[in-house]
Amino acid sequence: MAHAVELKNITKRFGHVVANDKVDLYVDNGVIMSLLGENGSGKTTLMNMLAGIYYPDEGQIFVNGKEVSIRSPKDAYENGIGMIHQHFKLIDVFTAAQNVALGIEDGKYDLKKVAAGVKEISDKYGFGIDPNKKIYEMSVSEKQTVEIIKVLYRGANILILDEPTAVLTPQETSKLFTILKAMREDGKAIILITHKLNEVMEVSDVVAVLRKGQHIRTVRTAETDPQQLTEMMVGRAVTLNIDRMDPVNPKPRLTVAGLTCTDSEGVSKLEDVGFIAYGGEILGIAGIAGSGQKELLEAIAGLRHISSGSIIYTPEGKNPQELVGKTPMEIKDAGVALAFVPEDRLGMGLVGGMGMTENMMLRTWNKGRGIFVNRKEPEKVAEQVYEFLEVVTPSIDYPVRKLSGGNVQKVLVGREIASSPSVLMSAYAVRGLDINTSYIIYNLMEGQKAKGVAVIFVGEDLDVLLQLADRILVLCDGKVSGIVDARTTTKEEVGLLMTQVGGAAGKGAK
Amino acid sequence: MNFNLAGLIKAAVLNGTPLLFGTSGEILTQKSGNMNLGVEGLMFMGGAFGLAGAFWYDQMAGASASGFLAVVIALLCSFLAGVFGALIFSFLTISLRANQNVTGLALTIFGTGLGQFVGEQLRLKVGGNISISNALKGSFANPILPQSLQDIPFLGQVLFSYNGFVYLGILMAIVMSLFLNRTRKGLYLKAVGESPSTADAAGINVTKYKYIATCLGGGISAIGGMVYTMTIAGTVWNHTALSGEGWVAVALVIFCLWKPLNAIWGSILFGGLMIMYLRVPVSFIPSQIYKVLPYIVTAIVLIIVSLRQKREDQPPASLGLPYFREER
Amino acid sequence: MNEKTPLIRLAKREDMKKSRIWLIRLAAFAAAILIGMIIFAIAGANPIKAYGTMIASSLGKKSGVRQVIKNAVPLLGVGLALAPCFRMRYWNIGGEGQITMGAMAASYFALFWYDKMPSALLLLIMAVAAMAFGALWAFIPAVFKARWGTNETLFTLMMNYIAIGIVAWLQGGPWEGKPGSQIIPMFDAKAVLPKVMGVHCGWILVLLLVGFMFVYMNYTKHGYEIAVLGESENTARYAGMNVRKVTVRTAMLSGAICGLVGYMVASGVNQTLYADVAGGVGFTAITVCWLSQLNPFAMIVISLLLAVLSKGASGLQTALSIPASISDIITGVILLCMLGCEFFINYKLIFRHKEAAGKEAA
Repeated sequence: MAHAVELKNITKRFGHVVANDKVDLYVDNGVIMSLLGENGSGKTTLMNMLAGIYYPDEGQIFVNGKEVSIRSPKDAYENGIGMIHQHFKLIDVFTAAQNVALGIEDGKYDLKKVAAGVKEISDKYGFGIDPNKKIYEMSVSEKQTVEIIKVLYRGANILILDEPTAVLTPQETSKLFTILKAMREDGKAIILITHKLNEVMEVSDVVAVLRKGQHIRTVRTAETDPQQLTEMMVGRAVTLNIDRMDPVNPKPRLTVAGLTCTDSEGVSKLEDVGFIAYGGEILGIAGIAGSGQKELLEAIAGLRHISSGSIIYTPEGKNPQELVGKTPMEIKDAGVALAFVPEDRLGMGLVGGMGMTENMMLRTWNKGRGIFVNRKEPEKVAEQVYEFLEVVTPSIDYPVRKLSGGNVQKVLVGREIASSPSVLMSAYAVRGLDINTSYIIYNLMEGQKAKGVAVIFVGEDLDVLLQLADRILVLCDGKVSGIVDARTTTKEEVGLLMTQVGGAAGKGAK
Repeated sequence: MNFNLAGLIKAAVLNGTPLLFGTSGEILTQKSGNMNLGVEGLMFMGGAFGLAGAFWYDQMAGASASGFLAVVIALLCSFLAGVFGALIFSFLTISLRANQNVTGLALTIFGTGLGQFVGEQLRLKVGGNISISNALKGSFANPILPQSLQDIPFLGQVLFSYNGFVYLGILMAIVMSLFLNRTRKGLYLKAVGESPSTADAAGINVTKYKYIATCLGGGISAIGGMVYTMTIAGTVWNHTALSGEGWVAVALVIFCLWKPLNAIWGSILFGGLMIMYLRVPVSFIPSQIYKVLPYIVTAIVLIIVSLRQKREDQPPASLGLPYFREER
Repeated sequence: MNEKTPLIRLAKREDMKKSRIWLIRLAAFAAAILIGMIIFAIAGANPIKAYGTMIASSLGKKSGVRQVIKNAVPLLGVGLALAPCFRMRYWNIGGEGQITMGAMAASYFALFWYDKMPSALLLLIMAVAAMAFGALWAFIPAVFKARWGTNETLFTLMMNYIAIGIVAWLQGGPWEGKPGSQIIPMFDAKAVLPKVMGVHCGWILVLLLVGFMFVYMNYTKHGYEIAVLGESENTARYAGMNVRKVTVRTAMLSGAICGLVGYMVASGVNQTLYADVAGGVGFTAITVCWLSQLNPFAMIVISLLLAVLSKGASGLQTALSIPASISDIITGVILLCMLGCEFFINYKLIFRHKEAAGKEAA
């Protein structure tokens, strides 16, 4: 029997970057395949070519044994391929039914019929989705369900889900897996993009591993184990060689108590958060995406309105001071640095159209008297960052937007470190970086710790947090669900805390 | 209060009709996510080409000219002129991804220049203010409904005493509203304006929708300029009178919250504001100041709209942004 | 398979050589001139002769050159005024109104205070008043933009009509000269800008402004704030900038310079005030600003070019009886072509046949 979908020799480049390199891959009907790989290994790019978002530079795609050309999402649908993207492709001001109706051309336009169809699918799987509810009134998991209904409504045979569990609670995740299994029984081919090993083991039949854009191997889940998968994924044994030293002369540097924030729409983002960050220590912060990590760092940096609580900052050899109520500039000047790498890597923190020098100026532009900006200092800093972090750029005046992701992040982190902070907060500093560049960043953090800086490190990868941090603060839904010693804790314990405040009540992540 | 209310309403409706076309066209354009600030230019082009078309037909046909045909020709000429202008805008912003704001302003410079050029050229040709024969003039400006209806006291004047463009405009706004809310293509168009990547992922041809909506919208806006020239300005090219209409039309789009049905009463309201200084003189307000009333109100409306942040009343989410599928 | 591959695909271009970029822009300009020729041909004029007439009537004689400079001064001035706003992505298209209000404020002193002070002081006060009123006119929409995000494009535009209405009222009412004339009297000689080399000294002022604006945008803290804010409001906040303050301050600076231009036009050229004092400069200057990519020195060239166009067009009207609005058409065409050509600098097209070749090789 022909494979449900088969990729042959697929190559995709973005500029000089090869995102996918001669990938051969297939999946059969009635099979759940996990597509496993680190961030930036080319999983999503590869699947986007099946979904018609990108077009391959080289190679062929076969559906049910027939060669096809997928030029657009429409072509993908016509070939029975449906993809559920990580960022939902939904229109906020439309209802669920209106969203489902997009792109379906069967006879007369009848929204009521679509709504009835949505209701039917929803009832069949127990989704509990109201077809006439507006998307912007829905929770994240409801939105994802609408995405799945969209694909099912079209009768897709091949389903691709891009990191579907990143935004879900454990309960929602297990419900999703039940649905996926039910769809497998229907004979559908399902591809699950993920980097979470436990999910791979739990739900999939086969695992295809990608590394740096190349297909490493496809194995049966039953015949492998997490250790082997990890080795395939990272290309070497899992132990990260981070030379963690003991905390250096730890002293309370930042004492946060009762911190509460709500956003402009009145939704609570942080609730009664309290902890102490010590100088000479790395405090890791873990949590499911969107649990308040960003808000916490922004609140400390003065970029977010604080409803209540206090943040006492005690610089080396100076009197404690309250940060709440100070402007971002004052907080920065006091020695609290923030290196936040947002999803688009630029956005805040760096100005894409400017070169390294001018980006260094973001920290110092207001220094000195007079109306002119001082270019000499930032230029020196840029030279230093360029040399010490080996930033690959034609010149320090070359727009950072055009640099590769790793180099952009080096510029950002390098700048914050160059300001010799006494509190260094970094979020997602290794987002999308390859292992080697990640290590440069880890070593930088270690170096800061050795200098007695209080380092706060928000990370996505638990393995890294466990081996880099001294203590790990776990956030769950805007609350602190626990602070654990990174040397003695286990992934399971942290995982449990991530999904439940207190982590006590038994059934957690795993 | 002893002034002629029916007369005021009638004048408001007549003066609002060019705005109704201008605004509705721009609503269609903006629903596709394109912010075309060139409406002023499009209305100039529509006005000049509509007039030129009718004038040319008048010259060709002479005494045997049919009024109906003249109106159709004027409609067509102005519409096509608008489509042409909007096509330039579409090509630059959709295909070549140029900045929409600047492209719209460039289109305004180009369009007002072209309209003015054609208008002047006509004037030079005739050697004086051009005008078309009185018989044809009537077919543009005269009421189209039976006299008996118009004779109904008050209502006759307020509802039934208008030229064809008024009814055409209202009909067009209603059809557009139905299109946007009741048809599949309307749903697709709104999706394109809200989130082109979502629409694209759903298999909707984003480029096609943007092009068609922007070009049709431009054509409809341009008809507004023609209606102004052929009815209010009395088939005489008068660029100072026309100037500003297009900009008010753009502002009205915001005022109407991107809904064509709101455009009907919105344009009548603004049509009224534009002629208030003639109809309801206030002794202590000089007419020159009174004349800028619509612009002051527009500014106030802009402020009010920005203060009110209801989810449904927001502009199409991707308004003004270019779309490039492989953006990384 | 091959015929199903898309015919043309787009990709972002990495980097292009400076020389190549300028070649593309030059080609776009040439294309615009060519399109202009076609328009002339349609209008029934010999294109070569038409361009010849335009150049002869603008650059062919001394008086023409003077007129060109006179036209270029306000274009350059307002172009400079708009540059920081555009860098900040703040769409100030209220240049007309700001010019008009500046001219009005200057005229007030020219008309009613000329006999109370020496000429130099009077001219200085006029300039200060013009800048203050221009800034005020820009301040109103900017405050609403900064505080509530009110659409500044349309708001500044509405302010134009309001300003023009106010002057029209003054012209026909309180400031009217001979009753019924609808004209404001000419200024006293004391209130007229002195001439330097045949043109009012405003040209020296705008050249100084070129230097000022270049330094302001590239070397000052303000300029840096503007550049960062224009790229990303979030980043500006992150860097501790006061977004509202920067927005309002930059808009006011822009308005002040527009007001100053209004003063130069009223005092140096018209020597009186009328409602149409701005005469479309506020719009045309947008072209100047954008075509020069916000570079103040390039603005000198572009404003001269557009001034030649408009002077040439009025020459055309007299010589060949072609309406002078042709200059607006050509200006528009040039701008549209230049906008379009940026695409070829930022993107590249990949055609299908390359793909087929790649496949064979693989």
